[in-house]
Amino acid sequence: MQQFFSYTVSGLGTAAIYAIAAAGLVLTYTTTGVFNFAHGATSMLGAFTYWEMRFAWHWPAPVALIVCLGVLAPLFGILLERGVMRHLDNSSETTKVVTTISLMLGLLGLSLWLWNPSRSRPFPRFWEGDVLTLAGVRIPYHVVATLAVTLLVALGLWLVLKRTRFGVSMRAVVDDRSLVALNGARPHVISMASWSVGTVLAATAGVLIAPTLKLSALPLTLLVVNAYAAAVMGKLKNLPLTFLGALVLGLATEYFRGYQSSLPFSDKFVPGFLASVPVIVLLLVLVLGRSPLRGHAITRVRETVQRPTWAGSAGMAVGVVLVAALLSDVIPRTDLFTLGRVWGLGIIALSLIPVVGYGGQLSLCQMSFAGVGMVMVQHLGSQGNPLALVAAIVVPALLGMIVALPSFRLSGIYFALSTAAFAVLMDRWIFLLPRFRFLGLDWDIFNGGSLDLRRTRFFGLSMEGNRVFFIYGAAVFALVSVAVVGIRRSNYGQRLLALKDSPAACATLGMNIKVAKLGVFAVSAGLAGLGGALYGQGMQSATTESVQFVSSLTLLMVMVVAGLSSPGAALFAGVFLGFGLNNVIFGKIADFVPDRLGWAEHFFDKLGSNTLIVVGLAGLSLGRHPDGFVATRLRPRWDQILARPHALLGIGGTLVVAYLVRIAGLINNWLFAIAAIIVLTVVPAAIVPRPKHSAEHGLADDGEEVMIRAGARGH
Amino acid sequence: MAEAVLELKGIRAGYGSVEVLHEVDLSLRRGSVLAVLGSNGAGKSTLLRVAAGLHPLGSGSVLLDGRRVANWSPDRLARHGLCLIPEGRGVFPRLTVRENLWMSTHLGVTRATAEEIAFARFPRLGERRDQMAGTLSGGEQQMLALARAVIVRPKVLLVDELSMGLAPQLVDSLYDSVRAIAADGVSVLVVEQFARAVLGMADRAAIMVSGRVVHQGTPAEVEEHLSSAYLGG
Ligand SMILES: Nc1ncnc2c1ncn2[C@@H]1O[C@H](COP(=O)(O)OP(=O)(O)O)[C@@H](O)[C@H]1O
Ligand SMILES: [Mg+2]
Repeated sequence: MQQFFSYTVSGLGTAAIYAIAAAGLVLTYTTTGVFNFAHGATSMLGAFTYWEMRFAWHWPAPVALIVCLGVLAPLFGILLERGVMRHLDNSSETTKVVTTISLMLGLLGLSLWLWNPSRSRPFPRFWEGDVLTLAGVRIPYHVVATLAVTLLVALGLWLVLKRTRFGVSMRAVVDDRSLVALNGARPHVISMASWSVGTVLAATAGVLIAPTLKLSALPLTLLVVNAYAAAVMGKLKNLPLTFLGALVLGLATEYFRGYQSSLPFSDKFVPGFLASVPVIVLLLVLVLGRSPLRGHAITRVRETVQRPTWAGSAGMAVGVVLVAALLSDVIPRTDLFTLGRVWGLGIIALSLIPVVGYGGQLSLCQMSFAGVGMVMVQHLGSQGNPLALVAAIVVPALLGMIVALPSFRLSGIYFALSTAAFAVLMDRWIFLLPRFRFLGLDWDIFNGGSLDLRRTRFFGLSMEGNRVFFIYGAAVFALVSVAVVGIRRSNYGQRLLALKDSPAACATLGMNIKVAKLGVFAVSAGLAGLGGALYGQGMQSATTESVQFVSSLTLLMVMVVAGLSSPGAALFAGVFLGFGLNNVIFGKIADFVPDRLGWAEHFFDKLGSNTLIVVGLAGLSLGRHPDGFVATRLRPRWDQILARPHALLGIGGTLVVAYLVRIAGLINNWLFAIAAIIVLTVVPAAIVPRPKHSAEHGLADDGEEVMIRAGARGH
Repeated sequence: MAEAVLELKGIRAGYGSVEVLHEVDLSLRRGSVLAVLGSNGAGKSTLLRVAAGLHPLGSGSVLLDGRRVANWSPDRLARHGLCLIPEGRGVFPRLTVRENLWMSTHLGVTRATAEEIAFARFPRLGERRDQMAGTLSGGEQQMLALARAVIVRPKVLLVDELSMGLAPQLVDSLYDSVRAIAADGVSVLVVEQFARAVLGMADRAAIMVSGRVVHQGTPAEVEEHLSSAYLGG
């Protein structure tokens, strides 16, 4: 009994922190319509900032708390509203999700930049060791304090929302934002207040929970997934229910932790399972919840990108293979090894095109499918057996259909959340399972955390060598990209696009939406699995880190920036992430910076090693353009160049000259590669004026969005 | 000729690439009531939303009290004396009646005064003061929406189809309130599908068909053109 009470006490402490985090999330979501994926990153940043002031600069705790939570956090919230969220007012739900995910990655990158992750940062609890004994139950001071803070937060929120005009206005915004403006209140001021309060709550949760976790960026950022569960129990709008959800979650987690040793098959499954409890609860609530949860608006609205032609995509496919063959000649073997992963990543990026680009279903777990593909190669492909590749497609495809099931009832942000929950479940539990026996078989899913992947042998033809693997990878990428274009051009592709445009209309047209959704998930998960297999074989060994949730988000963001429906964008994503383009470009810039500008050199070096921050910033600035820069910026210019033979000749000629200069040994590979990139991207941009119609497109696009949204509300 | 307090000149606006207002000109004289009639889809609501800053203006200009106010935000317009009672129910369904009235105090009235004015004009609201607005009947919701106009005493009141979905008797009593507001010196622009409800109280009237004003004049003149406009439009 004593034990039960002490588990209850720690459960209440955990619940209190979840409640604070979830309350902030719900508050900003209801008053602004933006579900903030960066909420956890904000908590993390708050915790780090507090740590810096308290333990690095040795400020007294109260001062550090006031500065961090009372000054910096609200300011950050205001900055967020002015700089980012305000511009999302009339955008689609996808754009909102994309923006906050970019923000999350950017903040994660920022913290890695500022706080070297390899240093350990002890973060003692408040009143470490002090205990209050109440009726024989020992309650640590820090739990008492946490509970007190939560009560204050609850009471404060209640008072503000019920008893002040400002709070009533915040609730009014939830009902009807434009009517609030008609009343003469300033909606932006209200949003700004929401974001400040939301940020303060996030940071408070971060400071409170950091001592129980380690002060480590990623776990703290993902902590909020636990809060998602509580928030979803409150249907993302009901604060009392959210608090109740947090209570259930906190208690469940701590009882599990407390009693884990007395569970029948304890030590093997439980540790990861424990961390997954909130995610499992989230999935259950999403999938079994009483009423179907529908997001505000449908996802991306209209495709302004032209239908890809067979000739164009075949040309690109052949070009990719040829260029790969050429490159494999000039690039040293060791670099070729590093480059081997470009194609696998490129294929995983391609796998996003059918599901997100065509189908409009936000999948945040593509890397988890890739991880399953890798696992298949590990277990079935030890002798380079090609059948392993088949399994690497089929098993993720089946899994993909399971992941797609919630989409029958969920849409928009809720479905995105369910895919996120799946990814985190794989990360925290399935991929981390130790060796175990089940159904009379030995299972060791991720091989103890590191896979050892053999490259395939096709009927005696080995893909082992770095050069042959590089060309083979390019060929598979080319094939898949043609297949993806094939999907787009088929009847099925048309139906997917229609589904994205207006699900309601599709239903009335008698289209079987469920089959379409299952199908597209199966296809894209299968492709992701294949990509994962090649990605893993490229690296020859893989850790769970390479397939985790954040990698899925990073890949998605690169694709969003480049263009979610073009294979060219997938190529870019593969090269950018697989080749470490970021590192190369900014590293080179750092090299060129004159020595006396040491700070600038340092800056570019840091930028080069911090892909997250670059991707985050790019997503924040470009993510609003739904079709990406490859499709909207580069492609139209290329079309114009193709119509001007002399320009084409000039570019081709320059490339040939650069290649010859390289062969002659006058420049090295890097310089050649950079020159080629400049010739292919910057030069077209410079010599061809920006196509005029794209601006008009943008406008028409918004309009359509409004129209369809209004229509969707009617259904 | 009396001076115009609200002038809409050459208004063009639309949704996406579809233009629904084609060069609309209207002017509301100070202290008068202007009724704009038009069938469903004529563009009346869009016009009012443009005037109130809720919908982007394609081209043309909006003058409030002689001042160019095109592209002002709706809250700024509200603070400068423009009040729109939007189509449908202009209330916050999940706030109580009192909380709804509290929202009308952003323009300088105290909470107590607001309630006093509103409950004096609409005693039914006083009886339901702590009820959620969403649970009120349609007519009561319109009263609550109109109460805002009574409380803030705007320079210009725009009313969008007050009659929608309500029994004729109720509509008449609601328009009595609008008449009273107008008698208080507020300039009023009402839009309606059916002439019956509003022509009696209007000083001037206009007919809109497919995004154009096809006729303007005194209520009597406009009434003559009504049937032809509706059938021919
Ligand atoms: N949200 C919207 N999206 C697209 N078109 C709209 C929207 N609202 C109205 N329209 C169109 O604009 C035109 C004018 O509508 P509206 O201003 O509501 O007319 P009224 O109020 O006179 O009935 C109609 O053709 C209608 O279909
Ligand atoms: Mg209307």
